[in-house]
Amino acid sequence: MTTAPAKAGWRFRQPSVIPGFGLTLGFSLAYLTLIILIPLSGLIWRSAALGWADFWAIATDRRTINALEISFGTAFIAAAVNLVFGTIVAWVLVRYNFPGRRIVDAMVDLPFALPTAVAGIALTTLYAPNGWVGSLLAPLGIKVAYTPLGIIIALIFIGLPFVVRTVQPIMEEIDKEVEEVAATLGANRFQIISRVLLPGLAPAIVTGFALAFARGVGEYGSVIFIAGNLPYKSEIAPLLIVIRLEEYNYAAATAIAAIMLALSFVMLLVINLVQTWSRKRYG
Amino acid sequence: MEVRVANVRKEFDRFPALRDVSLDIKSGELIALLGPSGSGKTTLLRLIAGLERPTRGKIFFGEEDASHKSIQERNVGFVFQHYALFRHMTVADNIGFGLKVRHGPTRPSAQEIRRRASELLDLVQLSGLEKRYPAQLSGGQRQRVALARAMAIEPRVLLLDEPFGALDAQVRRELRRWLREIHDTTGHTTVFVTHDQEEALELADRVVVMSQGRIEQVGTADEIYDKPNSPFVYGFIGESSSVPVKVEDGQVWIADRPIGLSAPQAQEGQATLFFRPHDVELVDGCSGCIAGTVAASRRVAGTRRVELEIGGERQRVEIELPVDHPAAQKSRVAFRPRRWKLFPAA
Repeated sequence: MTTAPAKAGWRFRQPSVIPGFGLTLGFSLAYLTLIILIPLSGLIWRSAALGWADFWAIATDRRTINALEISFGTAFIAAAVNLVFGTIVAWVLVRYNFPGRRIVDAMVDLPFALPTAVAGIALTTLYAPNGWVGSLLAPLGIKVAYTPLGIIIALIFIGLPFVVRTVQPIMEEIDKEVEEVAATLGANRFQIISRVLLPGLAPAIVTGFALAFARGVGEYGSVIFIAGNLPYKSEIAPLLIVIRLEEYNYAAATAIAAIMLALSFVMLLVINLVQTWSRKRYG
Repeated sequence: MEVRVANVRKEFDRFPALRDVSLDIKSGELIALLGPSGSGKTTLLRLIAGLERPTRGKIFFGEEDASHKSIQERNVGFVFQHYALFRHMTVADNIGFGLKVRHGPTRPSAQEIRRRASELLDLVQLSGLEKRYPAQLSGGQRQRVALARAMAIEPRVLLLDEPFGALDAQVRRELRRWLREIHDTTGHTTVFVTHDQEEALELADRVVVMSQGRIEQVGTADEIYDKPNSPFVYGFIGESSSVPVKVEDGQVWIADRPIGLSAPQAQEGQATLFFRPHDVELVDGCSGCIAGTVAASRRVAGTRRVELEIGGERQRVEIELPVDHPAAQKSRVAFRPRRWKLFPAA
C-alpha cells in the first residue's frame, strides 16, 4: 500500500489484456445516457419545475395514492402468483418429457410477443360477466373484469415468462447427484425439494419475481381493457398519467411518473442487494 | 454389514450394463471395483445404493433382501466424484443434513447434531471449518466433507464413486492414505469405484476387476497381480507384454522355434503368452529363447524400456532393462521370461 499512488481515492480495476475496455465502457455509458439517463432526468426536471408544495399536493392526492396503491399492489400480487406457478411451469418443462413439451415451451413466450392490447381484450372477453370464465364465476359472486382482480389476472399473464425464463436455465443446471445424495441421506421427496433444490433456485426465483413485478408496475396496454378504470377503485398509475397528459397537465403527469420512478428504483435496488448478498454467500 | 450381490443383471434400454454379477462383500471390508470405463463398476455401486433397480437378481444387506427397498430405507453413505455438496449450506449443515431430515424420535436434538458434526469434522481433519460454505473449500477439503456427511448417518455400507477422480495427483495420494486410516478406525464396510489400478491395489483389501459388465476376478492385490486368471486381467493390471504362440509337445513355440519354455499342462494349439516386461532374463546365443531386433528404446523413470521385433511377422514386444545395461545398445537382444502365463487363443 505504501507505493500506491495517493492521487485517486479509487482506481479502475486493472482491465484484462484483451483490448476494447475503453471503447466498450465509453459506448455503454453513452448509450445508457442517451436511452435512460437523459429521458429520466428530463422527467425529474419537469416535475421539479412544479415546486415543492404543488408536488406534495399531487403526491398526496387521494386519486394519486389510490392509483399507486393499485399499481404496486396488483403488480406485487401478480408477481407473487407467478413466482409460485412460474416455478412449477419451469419445473415441468425442465424435468419431464411429454408429447408437446416444445410447444408448451414456446407458448410461454407468447406474452412477450403478443401486443398487450390484444391480451387485454382477450382476457376481458373471457372474464367479463358474460364471458366463458366470467359467467362461471358470476354465480359465485366473484367479479373479475372491471375490478382490481382483473388487473391482477392481466399482470399474471404478462409476467409469467419472466419467472419461467429466469428460473428455467438455473433449474437445468441442477446437479442430479445432489438430489441422489440427499436421498441416500434419508431425505424424502418433499425434503429434497424444500431443503436442497429450492434454496439453490432462490436467487433466480427472486430475479424472476423482480422482473415480473417491474413489468407489472409499468404495464398499460393489457390492463386498461380489463380494469374498468374506475377512479379510486381500478385506475392504475400509468393510466392516471395518460389522463393528466390528455388534460395538458404535464406537471402532474411528470410528478406521478417521478414518484413511480423513485418507488420502482428503491424496490429493485433492495431486490438487487438481496441477490448480491445471497450470491456472495453461496458462491 | 455384509453385502451380497446375487446374480444381478442390469439393462439400460435393453443394453446390458451388468450381466449376471455375483459378489460377496464381507463386513468391515474395504473393497475396490476396478475396471475401464463402461465395465459396469459404477452401475454395480449404484445398484447397491438403490439409485438403480436391478433388472434381475437380488441384493442382500446381511440376511435381509434389500432389492426392493427405497434409497432412503437402505441407509447407505454415498460419495460422488464431484462431491455433490449442498452449496447453500455450511459445512456443519451439510454434515448434519442426514440427521436433520429424520423424523420423530430418531432425530437427534439440534445440539446433538452440532456435536456430531464437529466430531466428524475432527475425524476428517477439518476442525474449525464448520461455518464455511463449500465454495470456500479446496477440492480435497470438499471431498472430506462429503465423506463426513455420508458417515454422519451411521451407514450400513459406505459407497464411494471415484472419490479421488477429480483431485490432482498429490492430494489424491494423500487422501488415499487418509481414507485407509479412517476405514481402519471406523470399520465401515466400504466399496469404492476406481479406474486407477494403483489406487485399487494399494488401498483395498480385495479388488474386483470388471470388464464389459462382468466380474473378471476377485482377489487381494497379490492374487490379482501375480495370478491373473484371464488375458484381460493380465493386460489390464500392471505392465504386460503378449505374443501369440503355439503349444506343441509340451513346449511353447514362436513361429517354428521352441523358446525354451515348457508347458506340459497347457492345452495343445494356438495360445497367447503373457509376461511382465520387467520379469525377464537376458540370454546369450539363442537356443530356446525369444530373440528380436531392437525397434525402439525409451528411458522411463528408473528403467529402460526396449521394444523388440520378433519372429517372421515382426511382432512387437516390450521388455524392461536396467538403465545402464549394455544390451540396450545392441541391435539384437535375446531373452526368456522368468514368469509367464499361457492363455489358449480364443
